[in-house]
Amino acid sequence: MPIVEIKNVSFGYDPARPVLRDINLAIAPGAVVGIMGQSGCGKTTLLRIIMGAYLPSRGEARVLGRATSSLDTAALYEMRRRMGMLFQFGALFTDMSVYENVAFPLREHCRLPASLEHDLVMLKLQAVGLRGAAHLMPTELSGGMARRVALARSIALDPQLILYDEPFTGLDPISFGVIVRLIRSLNDLLGATSIIVTHDVQEALDVVDYVYFMAGGRVIAEGRPDDIRSSPEPFVNQFVNGRPDGPVPFHYTAPAYAADLELA
Amino acid sequence: MEFAGFRSRLERLGGTVTSQVWRIGFASRFLVYLVLHSGTALRRFRLTVAQVYFAGVLSLVIILVSGLFVGMVLALQGYETLQRFGASESLGVLVALSLVRELGPVVAGLLFASRAGSAITAEIGLMKATEQISAMEMMAVDPIARVVAPRFWGGVISMPLLAALFSAAGIFGGYLVGVQLIGVDAGAFWSQMQAAVDVRNDILNGVIKSLVFGIAVTWISVFEGYDAIPTAEGVSRATTRTVVTSSLAILALDFVLTALMFTGGNH
Repeated sequence: MPIVEIKNVSFGYDPARPVLRDINLAIAPGAVVGIMGQSGCGKTTLLRIIMGAYLPSRGEARVLGRATSSLDTAALYEMRRRMGMLFQFGALFTDMSVYENVAFPLREHCRLPASLEHDLVMLKLQAVGLRGAAHLMPTELSGGMARRVALARSIALDPQLILYDEPFTGLDPISFGVIVRLIRSLNDLLGATSIIVTHDVQEALDVVDYVYFMAGGRVIAEGRPDDIRSSPEPFVNQFVNGRPDGPVPFHYTAPAYAADLELA
Repeated sequence: MEFAGFRSRLERLGGTVTSQVWRIGFASRFLVYLVLHSGTALRRFRLTVAQVYFAGVLSLVIILVSGLFVGMVLALQGYETLQRFGASESLGVLVALSLVRELGPVVAGLLFASRAGSAITAEIGLMKATEQISAMEMMAVDPIARVVAPRFWGGVISMPLLAALFSAAGIFGGYLVGVQLIGVDAGAFWSQMQAAVDVRNDILNGVIKSLVFGIAVTWISVFEGYDAIPTAEGVSRATTRTVVTSSLAILALDFVLTALMFTGGNH
């Protein structure tokens, strides 16, 4: 049974202009799945539907076996305890140390003896290579380190489903490589399922098992990374190869150039 | 033409009024939700104590120094007037009553709004802008219970204590100027004060005022922070609104409370 199943989902803040149109996807347990597309194509909105932050206007979103629209707050929180989420810039709590950030979900949800809590936090920090940074404050971390701490925090409760919102944005090549490797290894070690929302296509294609490609609120292509690389769909081709002109035009819609310069 | 212009102005006015009423309703529901979800803040009282430190202890310097100066000025001005009527011995009463009934709660409230209230709004607003609030929700932790409620109760606890300390510092300032500098008799200063200041009518009413101001200021501060547009500009506007709205609320509430407490037969 899929861990996440989106069936005919449409969503819009304004019914006249839907952000998502008739989306279908099914994510199998254990997979690392990419949701890719341009900025503004609706991929972050789709992620929020999966988180249960938004409810579909039409269709059904089933996450971890339950329809999100059937959940009350308590059941939604219960579901989220089985999910981890890495935000774009980490969203670490700036008034807490690295250790306290990772310990936060444990302290909120479990009553653990201090020694066990310490061991668990160290285990998670060791997994992202930052055990030595436990005493630092978030302001003392580089962007890449902050993202790794946030990753350690999101796996603190051993989630079944890990969501990544643009995890690669603004990282240097080394941090980039570290995050890519961690996403894969943590997914496989924890036996979790991961969903990565990103527009860093080339790098993400190296780590994912399956890709959904979105444009204009629809899924326009899906398949294994190799299928996407060799996709005949002009938009996917332009996007994957980073061509400046194509179905997405280089020029923003404008009146004729000559007319604008008053030459005609 | 004339009519169309009038109509559009009327519509704008109506729109503003409706949106303000809507906002007050939203803020009231927010307060009810906040109070109902205060379990965490009370059960894990350490969270609230930390906020008493941030809102209260860190405001001590400005409160004590301001209180001292206000008391000193009161003594100078009060002496000037009282001696014309040969009543300069009553300086202690004047200083103490002014502070305990009015200036303590009001000025401490205004200082509290600009020192602690603005900090609370900015902190919650920035937590929202940097997705810390969303992250908490994703970790199945209710941010109103975990972040907002401890700050609310921390502020509500701090405010009456700060107002009391403001009054105490003010009375000491009045003593320094009145007795030490001007030379009013120390015995008269203290004994007249003791005889004239009533525990229920003066001190208790002052404490009630400061408690009401504390609730109002902290409610406005946490609401503005939580409702802020999550951008740099949005947070800065919310912070300004906190200080302006809190100050006006304190002055308006002070009038209402004074009218209820000090007129109409309870003396």
